[in-house]
Amino acid sequence: MPGGTPWNSERADEIIRAHQHLAGAALPILHALQHEFGYIERDAVPLIAQALNLSRAEVHGIVSFYHDFRQMAPGRHILKLCRAEACQSMGADALAERARDRLRVGWGETTADGRVTLESVFCLGLCACAPAAMLDGGVFGALDDERLDRLIDEAQR
Amino acid sequence: MSRPRIFVPRDAGALALGSDAVERAIVAAIRRRNLDVDIVRTGSRGLFWLEPMLEVETAEGRVSYGPIKPEDVEPLFAIGWLDGRPDKLRLGRPEELPFLKRQTRFTFARCGVVDRLSLADYRAHGGLRGLERALSLGPSAIVAEVTKSGLRGRGGAGFPTGIKWKTTADAPAAQKYIVCNADEGDSGTYADRMLMEGDPFALIEGMAIAGIAVGATEGFVYIRSEYPHAIEIFGRALEVARAENLLGPGIAGSRHDFDIEIRVGAGAYVCGEETALLDSLEGKRGQVRAKPPLPAHKGAFGQPTVVNNVISLASVPAILADGADAYRDLGYGRSRGTMPIQFAGNVRYRGLFEAAFGLTLGEIVDDIGGGTASGRPVRAVQVGGPLGAYFPRALFDTPFDYEAFAAKSGLIGHGGVVVFDDTVDMAKQARFAMEFCSIESCGKCTPCRIGSTRGVEVIDRLVKGERVPENLALLQELCETLRFGSLCALGGFVPFPVLSALTHFPEDFGGALVRAAA
Repeated sequence: MPGGTPWNSERADEIIRAHQHLAGAALPILHALQHEFGYIERDAVPLIAQALNLSRAEVHGIVSFYHDFRQMAPGRHILKLCRAEACQSMGADALAERARDRLRVGWGETTADGRVTLESVFCLGLCACAPAAMLDGGVFGALDDERLDRLIDEAQR
Repeated sequence: MSRPRIFVPRDAGALALGSDAVERAIVAAIRRRNLDVDIVRTGSRGLFWLEPMLEVETAEGRVSYGPIKPEDVEPLFAIGWLDGRPDKLRLGRPEELPFLKRQTRFTFARCGVVDRLSLADYRAHGGLRGLERALSLGPSAIVAEVTKSGLRGRGGAGFPTGIKWKTTADAPAAQKYIVCNADEGDSGTYADRMLMEGDPFALIEGMAIAGIAVGATEGFVYIRSEYPHAIEIFGRALEVARAENLLGPGIAGSRHDFDIEIRVGAGAYVCGEETALLDSLEGKRGQVRAKPPLPAHKGAFGQPTVVNNVISLASVPAILADGADAYRDLGYGRSRGTMPIQFAGNVRYRGLFEAAFGLTLGEIVDDIGGGTASGRPVRAVQVGGPLGAYFPRALFDTPFDYEAFAAKSGLIGHGGVVVFDDTVDMAKQARFAMEFCSIESCGKCTPCRIGSTRGVEVIDRLVKGERVPENLALLQELCETLRFGSLCALGGFVPFPVLSALTHFPEDFGGALVRAAA
C-alpha cells in the first residue's frame, strides 16, 4: 500500500519467513515488504540475504535493478503518469510537465508535505485510453488538463 | 423468463474510463426501482472509444449502449433499456457493430462476452473442448497439431510454437515448466492484459494443454506489476480452476497433474525478454542470458521450459478444439492464423481488432482505425512497440505479416499500432527510443548499456546541427553495432525506431541533415 506502515524488523522477518519457501523467493519477498512498508528499508537487505543464503551485495543488486522497488519511503499517495509512446501521441509530455509544475517535484520525488510521490511509468496497457495514469492502484484514462488537475487535487487531499 | 442481465465491463481500460462509477449508479438504480436484475462482470469487447460500453440481454439478443456516464444511467432505465429501447446511446447488437463485424475473433471470441470468472459460462461458450481433445490425442499428437497450425510466438519474435514445444518435450528431465510471458511492456499493446482480465480460463486451458504436451506439471505466469487488475482476476480464476479440477492433481479427471503460480514483475521492461524473465523468475536481477542453452533445454531453475506469450498459449485451446487446419487456413505467407491488432494513441477507433494476417498497414490505419483521434493527418505509425519502426504513409502498402515488415526494416512485434498526427517531432521520438533503451538496458552487454546513452548524445548533436556528416555517420555506425553486437532484442532492435525516423523523416532532424542527405 502507498505510504505503508512504519518499519518494523520483526514484522519484516515474519513476511520474509512467509515467502522464503517459494522457488526464486526474492521478488515475492520484496513485493510483500514494499506492500507493507511502502519501500524497501535498508535494514531489510541483511534479513533477506540471511533468509535466502545470498550476500547483502546480491540482495542490494536485486533491489536496485528493478524500477518498482523504492529505497525511500514514498508519500501518502503515489501518482504514476504514463510517459510511453502511445500516451506521448496524445499529449502526455505536456501533462507530465503540468504535473511536475503543480506538485513541484521531479520524477520519483515526494512533495514537501509528504502527500504525493510522482513517478513515471512506461506503459500501463491503457494505450487505447491515452493519456493514462494510476493513482494508488486505481486507473485513469483519457486525461486532459482538467482531469489531471482533479487527480492531483485528490492526491493532495 | 430468466432474470434480466446487464453486462458491465471491468477491464482496466473500461475502469480507466469510469465503468466502476457507472456500475455503482446501476446498482443504485436497481435498488431504487426494486428490480430483479443480474449484473454480469465481463472483460472488454475492445472498442475503447465506446467504453464504458454496457450490454443488456433482450428477447432479440444482446444490445449495447455506450459510452455511458454515471448520469446517463437513470435516463436509460427510464426509457426502458432493459428491453433494448432506442436511445442516443444505443449502439445496437454488438456483433453488428462494423468494428466487431469485420474481425475474425478466434482467440478473443469470449472476451467481453462471458462472465470472466464463471467456468460454466466458459464451457457454454466453447471452452474446455480443446483440453478434452488434447487429452484424447496424447502428448505427441498435441505437439503435431500445434506445429501443423503454423502458430508462431505472439510475443513478438514469431518463433514456431510447435517446434519450441517439441524441443522441450524431447528434453529428458524429471521436472519441466510452462512459463507464460505476461510481461507485456510494449507501449501500444494491451492484448495480454485484456485476455487475462476478460477470458482468463483460455490462458489456463492453454497452459494445461502445453503441460500435457511436453510433460510439465508446473506453470508460472509472469505478470507485470503495472497490471494489478490482471493479477487480481487471473489469481481468482486460478482458484476457480483449482476448485473445479481444471488445475491440480489429475486435471479434468485425467492422469495429468498441472498447477499454475503467478509471479509479479517489478517494472523492468527487459524482463519481457524470455531469458531475462527466467532470471527474474528465479529471484535474480532480470539480466539477459546468452543462448545456447535454449530455455527449451535449460530454462527455469535449469530445467527444460516452454516460454510462451499469453496470446500464443490462449490460442491453443481453440486450435485444438477446431483443428489445426481451421487456423492454418487463415493468414498470409508464413504468418498463419489471426493476430490481435491493438490500436493505440492518436487513432479514432481505439481498440483491439483481431484479424487474419495480411491486411495492409493503410487498411489498418485508415479504414479500420479511421485515421487520427485529433482529426489531423496521420504522419507516422509505430508498429510493434518501442523497438518497432516508424512507418510513413509511403509504406502503407506493407502487409501485416512478420516477413513483410522485416523486409521494410520493421517488425510487427506483439501487434501494437501507435498512430501519430502531424504534430509529432520525429527527432524527439528517435531520441526517446535511445533514452528508453538506456533506462531499461539490463546492463549485461556493452553496446546496449553504453551505446544507448551515446545514442541520445549523438542525436542531440545532430538536431543542434553540430558536425552533421560526422555525427550522422557515427549514429549509423552506432546503430549497426547495437544491431549486431547486442545479446537481445532491446539493444538489437532499438535501431529500428531510430533509423526509420531518420530515413523517413529527415526534415525533423534539422535543415543541416536534409542538406547532408541530399
